[in-house]
Amino acid sequence: MSVIIYSESENGKFKKSAFELASYGRALADKLNLSLIAISINNNEADSISSFGVDKLIEVNDKELEKFQVNNYSKIISEIASKKDVKILLLSSSADSKYLAPILSVKLSSGYVSNVIELPESTNPLVVKRSCFTNKAFSYVNLPEKINLISLSNNSYGAIENPRKMEKENYSCSLEKNSLKIEKTEKITGKVTIADADVVVSGGRGLKGPENWSLVENLADVLGAATACSKPVSDMGWRPHSEHVGQTGKPVASNLYIAIGISGAIQHLAGINSSKVKVVINNDPEAPFFKAADYGVVGDAFEVVPKLTEKLKEFKS
Amino acid sequence: MKILVCISHVPDTTSKINFTDNNKSFDSSGIQYIINPNDEFGLTKAVWMKETHKAEVVVASVGEVSCESTLRKCLAIGADRAIRVNMNPLDGFSVAKQLVEICEKEKFSLIIAGRESIDYNGGMVPGIIAELMNYNYVANCISLEIDQNKATAAREIDGGKEIVSSDLPLVIGSQKGLVEEKDLIIPNMRGIMQARQKSLEVLEPIKVDPKTLSNKYEKPSPKGEVKMIDSKEIDKLIDLLHNEAKVI
Repeated sequence: MSVIIYSESENGKFKKSAFELASYGRALADKLNLSLIAISINNNEADSISSFGVDKLIEVNDKELEKFQVNNYSKIISEIASKKDVKILLLSSSADSKYLAPILSVKLSSGYVSNVIELPESTNPLVVKRSCFTNKAFSYVNLPEKINLISLSNNSYGAIENPRKMEKENYSCSLEKNSLKIEKTEKITGKVTIADADVVVSGGRGLKGPENWSLVENLADVLGAATACSKPVSDMGWRPHSEHVGQTGKPVASNLYIAIGISGAIQHLAGINSSKVKVVINNDPEAPFFKAADYGVVGDAFEVVPKLTEKLKEFKS
Repeated sequence: MKILVCISHVPDTTSKINFTDNNKSFDSSGIQYIINPNDEFGLTKAVWMKETHKAEVVVASVGEVSCESTLRKCLAIGADRAIRVNMNPLDGFSVAKQLVEICEKEKFSLIIAGRESIDYNGGMVPGIIAELMNYNYVANCISLEIDQNKATAAREIDGGKEIVSSDLPLVIGSQKGLVEEKDLIIPNMRGIMQARQKSLEVLEPIKVDPKTLSNKYEKPSPKGEVKMIDSKEIDKLIDLLHNEAKVI
């Protein structure tokens, strides 16, 4: 029996979350006294995952699989998992992995639990802690099935180096003709996505209009951060929906979240709660966001943010 | 065409979350319930398709009698009829299985379920339905066009979107973007009156064992005091982020 991770790649390299998942998988495999297997699809630097505690790598290389396609990816992962007698299958919380997870749970007749944030509280019975009520609470979930699938929240465990000698195996399988056809992918390149970012800089109505967004973007550039926005900002069309974070938008689980001109409605706070450190810049000292923040600055964003950007530039150099 | 919209009855987005019974169950006292926002975006899209595609819109919820008020609201918004499966929803898998039972009886061309409920955030119901029905599935769906038997949909991905096409039947995980917030339909008096006449069928559940069991709940531990920094001393903020929080 084994613990298996699906280590996701992008442009032939592992995503950061793959290393975090391997580290979590290593710790879990040790607790259960099992080996850790990683599945990788079309990765040119697959050896790099041996640094994070993987015992065995199963590589699938196929030109047809260059783009993520849910039907074939789920077929391959479930085939390998069954062949390797999976006990626990681990996935990240990327859009693609969360797309795969429920489908895989049916293929493997497994239990499935998402948004898991730490190592199991117990392994026999298997009990995991997950966030729920959009980060307003946690629940402990008992997983009685023989096989279980766990999605780990991004940035919840961290990558821990643990190099070892890794076995490798190639795997090929027959692909299905895809009845779900990918027509086009539109992806912003050269920009950190909210899901992958260590730092997120977010703007709200306090910025007065879309023409002032360079304030947010300049600060984000210095920090290598993703940009985000509050719900009213995306509803008014100042920024694209893909940047809306909060209860009905994207969840944020970055190490640092900087909120500029966002008052901190309960729905917004729910979405960003799992960020580790929160900085709030707002001209209203009564803004509810200050109660949820770690560091607060009361002041005019148009003065504070450029100053912070300048000082950070100096600090970084 | 026939559309199913799966509805979850959830606490209002502004609710304070508390637990009772030794932290074993959710405390519903004083809680206002609403249509799960991700489901409501899907419902709105489906109601539009009544005009554009002569669609029949069925809403279904797995829940106890208390969720009927939410189903009535869906009928007032424009759904044609409602189904309630009389069961306390224990986990995403057992909910999906009950809904699959309905899907097998009635042949839907399109099945819509929110990408996740805002209470338990399982994010699995549409995917499990799709796989059990052997239908194609588009998660995080932010646009959908249907022409005859062919659907073109957009899936939100990390850092962009992906346009896909598929024959019907299709399952989508709905979310904001499929329709906009301003498009959400507020029921008018006529809709509310009509909703009273529409069918709300109650089905008894099939026997399914849940695959996951929530034992107990916990609220986040209270946060420490916020440290306020004078806007004239931005250096201090950088120092704290570097030396104390260690995030830059």
